[in-house]
Amino acid sequence: MNIAGWKCCSALIAVLALTPLAAHAGKTLDLVRQQGRVACGVSTGLAGFSGVDSKGNWSGLDTDICRGIAAAVLGDPGKVKWLPLNSQQRFTALQAGEVDVLSRNTTWTLTRDASMGLHFTAITYYDGQGFMVPKQSKASSVKQLRNAEICVQSGTTTEKNLNDYFRAQGAKVRPVVFESFEASLKAFFSGRCQAYTTDVSSLVSIRDKEAPKPGDYVILPEVISKEPLGPAVRRGDDEWFAIVKWLVFALIEAEELGITQANADSLRSSPNPAVQRLLGSGDDSGRLLGLDREWALRAIKAVGNYGEIFERNLGSGSSLKLPRGSNALWTKGGLMYAPPVR
Amino acid sequence: MRRPFAEFRRHASSRAFCYQLLVAGLALALVWLLVEQTGAELRTRGIRSGFAFLFEPAGFSIGESVLDFDAAQPYWRAFLVGVLNTLRVALAAIVLATVLGLCLGACSLTRNVLLRGLCRAYVEVFRNIPLLLQLLTWYFLLAEKLPSADAALNPLPGVFLSKSGLAFPWGGEVPAAGDFGIAGGGAVTPEFLALLLGLSGYGAAYLAEIVRAGILSVPRGQVDAAAALGMTPLQGLRAVVLPQALRLMIPPATNQFLNLTKNSSLAVAVGYPDLVSIANTSLNQTGQAAECISILMAVYLGLSLLTAAATGWYNRRQLRRGH
Repeated sequence: MNIAGWKCCSALIAVLALTPLAAHAGKTLDLVRQQGRVACGVSTGLAGFSGVDSKGNWSGLDTDICRGIAAAVLGDPGKVKWLPLNSQQRFTALQAGEVDVLSRNTTWTLTRDASMGLHFTAITYYDGQGFMVPKQSKASSVKQLRNAEICVQSGTTTEKNLNDYFRAQGAKVRPVVFESFEASLKAFFSGRCQAYTTDVSSLVSIRDKEAPKPGDYVILPEVISKEPLGPAVRRGDDEWFAIVKWLVFALIEAEELGITQANADSLRSSPNPAVQRLLGSGDDSGRLLGLDREWALRAIKAVGNYGEIFERNLGSGSSLKLPRGSNALWTKGGLMYAPPVR
Repeated sequence: MRRPFAEFRRHASSRAFCYQLLVAGLALALVWLLVEQTGAELRTRGIRSGFAFLFEPAGFSIGESVLDFDAAQPYWRAFLVGVLNTLRVALAAIVLATVLGLCLGACSLTRNVLLRGLCRAYVEVFRNIPLLLQLLTWYFLLAEKLPSADAALNPLPGVFLSKSGLAFPWGGEVPAAGDFGIAGGGAVTPEFLALLLGLSGYGAAYLAEIVRAGILSVPRGQVDAAAALGMTPLQGLRAVVLPQALRLMIPPATNQFLNLTKNSSLAVAVGYPDLVSIANTSLNQTGQAAECISILMAVYLGLSLLTAAATGWYNRRQLRRGH
């Protein structure tokens, strides 16, 4: 037992120690081109962000970012290898080189950015943590959830926010923490907890897709935290970091310039230099990123601009009907702002 | 004239000792190399490493705890709460599984066909369904079928059973209905209950087989002798058969207790804050996977060695008494 335990332990340490070495050989872009696919870490199923249908097709805002990357880098939005990851596996999968980009409704925080061997690239969704309760609940405000039992999934920023918020109120809560997303939902919908907490957009998605009767649940008005979500890449590869970051910016810039999936081709001859630069008919913006000049054009033709991606997956074109809110362009009162593509 | 080298070759025991020392040294060097390598790799990849995080405030709450736990307290205390929660459920499950296993094992050998059939059926069913499925079944049965806290079942005065768990009088306090559920007295959550039922129900099936084998290993003549002395079957079992059977039952039972303790790590599936659950949360807050996993391994190894030592001591005592 003793010896076997040590053997097992050292084997595990060996795996931990050697995996990054193996994965780190060669730049991510070269590896992606060589393998002909982008390995994309997504959620295990969250409608609107990364959800899978009965035929195994992934759709959502997070998955569209990966498709956009594949279109820009490989010329084919279909060349994505999807890796569904739960919230505990996600960072290890990225660190170990299992995925090239983690596009999985993941909150950008200092700890994660500075100490987990990864870099967040850009923000694709401005979210905040909220609470869902059954309609007949006595609580109509989060403040009334003192001492309540609250179902939550482990491995998220929400566990800590939950505590911070109630501590500031001088109150306590009793979290019931589940490893799997599905179990946490099942427990809540069977009435184990008085409330369920996660990001508001996820709450809307959960209520719409997972609740036995969506009308039986309400989302409380308070939002207790900032949860900026966005794709992350491994540290140590600045070129890949720049590609993912500018891909997101290009999609936002495209919306600002009025370039859509439908008109992208025809706008190549637009007199506007900014449009020309983005679509590759003017200055070559792709060369600096190690790509060709039509990288952004292909991405926009594959998934549309940011606004189109939003409306299709989360907004008016989806069953979630989320308002743009903070995710509108900065010119329309939102926070979406891309540095100039030039 | 004495030649030290020949002396060394002749002495098998000292030779063996030297070889063992060499192997142990090599093993240690290998472990050290791997730890060094991991640390260096983590540093170059910009991943924080080391155990300093254990002294930083944890920042998360824990649903149930034997100790008082506050989010401002450090990670090491959160781990301690996790260990105690694991021990709490494992010990309770070991006691319950032992009692249940003894009854089931004994009843598998009765002459009453119906009783024997029921016990055999229990053993076969519970032994052959994966523990994780049993846990989830218990948990969702409790969470789904019990009434909500406002309409808690009240089978005995001061005892409430609801989706929020089992509340009972404890420390001179009697539970009563509060704002969100039942407050006061002692309470265990449905997560604890599901884990306790699952672990002990599963463990009992294996223990029943061990008990049955132990009893069957006692020669038939011993039972007849007890009967000839005018003992009832129960007296014979207690005074003649069990003391002899026990010696054979202890080693395999130790194995079962170890399994049960380690199986308690399935708690994460049903939301019980055991050591694995706390380590998972810590791992995610700090990103220090290697450290959290090594703490987990060390604790489970330690618990297993302790359990083995305790039952080993009991086993030796039984053997001495027997001769």
